[in-house]
Amino acid sequence: MARVLINFAHPALEKSRVHSQLMRVVKKIPGITFNDLYEQYPDLDINVAREQQLLEQHDIIFMQHPFYWYSAPAIVKQWMDLVLEHGWAYGHTGKALTGKYFGNIISAGGAEHSYSAEGHHQHTIREFLLPFIQTAKLCNMHYAAPFVLYGVHRQDVSDIQEDAAQLQQVLERLRDDKFDLTPLPGLDYLNQIIQLPAQTQ
Amino acid sequence: MDQHSLLFQAMVYLAAAIVFVPIAKKMGLGAVLGYLIAGIIIGPSLLGFIGREGEDIMHFAEFGVVMMLFLIGIELEPALLWRLRSSILGLGGLQVILSAAAIAGIAYLIGQPLNTSLALGMILSLSSTAIVLQTLNEKGWMGTSAGQSAFSVLLFQDIAVIPMLAIFPLLAGNATPDTTTHAASLRDNLPGWGQTLVVLGAVATIIIAGRYLVRPLMRIIARTRVRELFTATALLMVVAIAVLMNLVGLSSALGAFLGGVVLANSEYRHELESDIEPFKGLLLGLFFIAVGASIDFRLIMQQPWLIMGLVVGIMALKGIVLLMLGKIFKLSTDQNLLFAFALADIGEFAFVLLSFTHQTRLMSEEMTAMMTAVVAISMALTPLIMLLYEKVIQPHYTRSEAKAERAADEINEKNAVIIAGFGRFGSMTGRFLRANGINATILDLDSDRVDALHNLGIKVYYGDASRYDLLAAAGAADAKMLIIATDHAEQTLEIVKMAQRYFPHLQLLVRAENNEDTFELMDLGVLHIYRETVDTSLRVGVDALRMLGNRAYRSERAARTFLRQDERTLKGLSALRDDKKQYITSMKERIEEMQKLIASDREKTWLDEGQGWDPETLRDEIRGEKSDEV
Repeated sequence: MARVLINFAHPALEKSRVHSQLMRVVKKIPGITFNDLYEQYPDLDINVAREQQLLEQHDIIFMQHPFYWYSAPAIVKQWMDLVLEHGWAYGHTGKALTGKYFGNIISAGGAEHSYSAEGHHQHTIREFLLPFIQTAKLCNMHYAAPFVLYGVHRQDVSDIQEDAAQLQQVLERLRDDKFDLTPLPGLDYLNQIIQLPAQTQ
Repeated sequence: MDQHSLLFQAMVYLAAAIVFVPIAKKMGLGAVLGYLIAGIIIGPSLLGFIGREGEDIMHFAEFGVVMMLFLIGIELEPALLWRLRSSILGLGGLQVILSAAAIAGIAYLIGQPLNTSLALGMILSLSSTAIVLQTLNEKGWMGTSAGQSAFSVLLFQDIAVIPMLAIFPLLAGNATPDTTTHAASLRDNLPGWGQTLVVLGAVATIIIAGRYLVRPLMRIIARTRVRELFTATALLMVVAIAVLMNLVGLSSALGAFLGGVVLANSEYRHELESDIEPFKGLLLGLFFIAVGASIDFRLIMQQPWLIMGLVVGIMALKGIVLLMLGKIFKLSTDQNLLFAFALADIGEFAFVLLSFTHQTRLMSEEMTAMMTAVVAISMALTPLIMLLYEKVIQPHYTRSEAKAERAADEINEKNAVIIAGFGRFGSMTGRFLRANGINATILDLDSDRVDALHNLGIKVYYGDASRYDLLAAAGAADAKMLIIATDHAEQTLEIVKMAQRYFPHLQLLVRAENNEDTFELMDLGVLHIYRETVDTSLRVGVDALRMLGNRAYRSERAARTFLRQDERTLKGLSALRDDKKQYITSMKERIEEMQKLIASDREKTWLDEGQGWDPETLRDEIRGEKSDEV
């Protein structure tokens, strides 16, 4: 069993349609740790020791958040600044995270094709995620592909439920070591692993 | 002296002080010089308001010096005294010995007999504790290395007076000790070892009483909550020390200093200080006036050149010795000059010693009178030459190394934060600051609590923070902020007014009990007001919201938004209240006020704050468009 951690960040969940739905589903999956950052640290005063311990205890780490301004809500930055300490996460002696997988589970307002060189946002999601990708690399982790929900403003409740089911499937398969993780960094989206062949064990 | 003339005299002295000290201050001459001028003017030489009794008054007013040394002692922690030991013994000892030897040598060379020369040397080697320390304090130079060195020397001189008094009868060649100045000392009829024992016993009495008797006594007095009893106790302490010291033939100034040092670590230190301070100030003022009045201008007019020559010659000689010593003890040039200028004068002990030499027939009456004039003139000159130093010499050394070196000490001794009131409110703030490495000076009115905190090693002082003198003693002039956490609204307002009037530089952080207090504090222009229950009530509210299923972050934000809104409403109500010139006193009006507050709550929709996150407007806009460009 791979141990999966979801660091969740949403400052106004009461207004959110997508993430409240996703959260409801994800929280119920047994064997997955759901860490609700804004609920834990409403004053943004992050307990570094606790967060580092959580990271050490897991193999696959996701940051789940809305894709505000091509990035993440403020607490995610705070979390990265404080938790990924020099000498622990990176640097000569910072090996605590070596070999782990790191990724984002994000919701974006625009449609998939708007995130392209020709599209409204002129860059792909992966390009926008560069700070996360490089952070993972610096901390000796593999950046797994992102799980992206596009065009959420247009989605109906049924669309969202479908997305949530898909995310559940992905997470369960990761948890159950259903397949080899090595090709993960090569994928465009984590959503695609459902199509990967199951690992023969 | 009948009562009428006593009152008349008091009036003359007080009026002279009130007229001349402010004028002198205004002209930048300093208070000491103001008193001296007042004395000269009302003295027998000019207006003649006071006559020969000036000298009696001087003896009485010398008690101001005793009080000053008590206060100096109380501000001086034993640890600091220990640090100064080498400069007290080395610098002070050398100064007295070298100056005395030089003066005695010259006196002998110009034909004075050996014993008279030695007596002169010893008398003139001393400097004026009263004038020098007062002037150094006034100019804020006590913390400089010159100030510390001068203090060490003066302390040694005070000690040196005792053996000098013992040597004079021997110099005079008759072993019968004089009994007029140091009346009936206990020691006189004892053998040598007995005398030593008596002296040691007296010193031990002061230390033991200071350690073990004063604190319980003060606690009992504090419980009575009768303010003037404190003053009485403080005065009693100083007077008792002086009496005890006189009894065993020691200098009462020295005893008072010792008593002060013993009490320096006491939690009642600030209270004692502020009780004694006004007496000391008045008595010293009286002393300076008396010095001014005692200058005999008739005598000076008879031999002006001789007397002025003696003053200048002696002061120059002492100055040279001091400069030399300053050099040896590694004072920088400007500090060394200050050190020499300050101590070149002849001190008030000279008056005592001169009358003593006269009685022991070491000097003729004529010579004693002349030397008395010389001493008085040199004392009067001291504030003037210090002024000269300040205006002419110091500007050349603006970047004084001594100041930079000493800065750390200052911070150690004076805290930037003063907390008035250390009950359940102030203690929390104090503990929090302490945990963050910020030590506050604490003032509290509960003597039991003061004791308990003192035992924990926290610097806490008993006293009412609405008193100017106590705030001053707690270092309000140098502090950055005053946190007022007292229980009673009236007291809080008193402290605020006091601080605003006399220490306008202090940042005030004020606890308010309720909205009513808040309004009054707002009227006084207080910017930082903390209603005592607001934060706790809102924390309960936040937890309630969370337990009801609201998100933690949203609940916290809601509380902060609510608080901001509430403070805004309160300011509005305050303005409204001022317009109507009405004060809400009745319960009914208070309920109306609450209604207004609640009504304003409902009008606001803080639930919508944080529009930036997942805005409805964006969603509506996108859903309205046909294009899926976004």
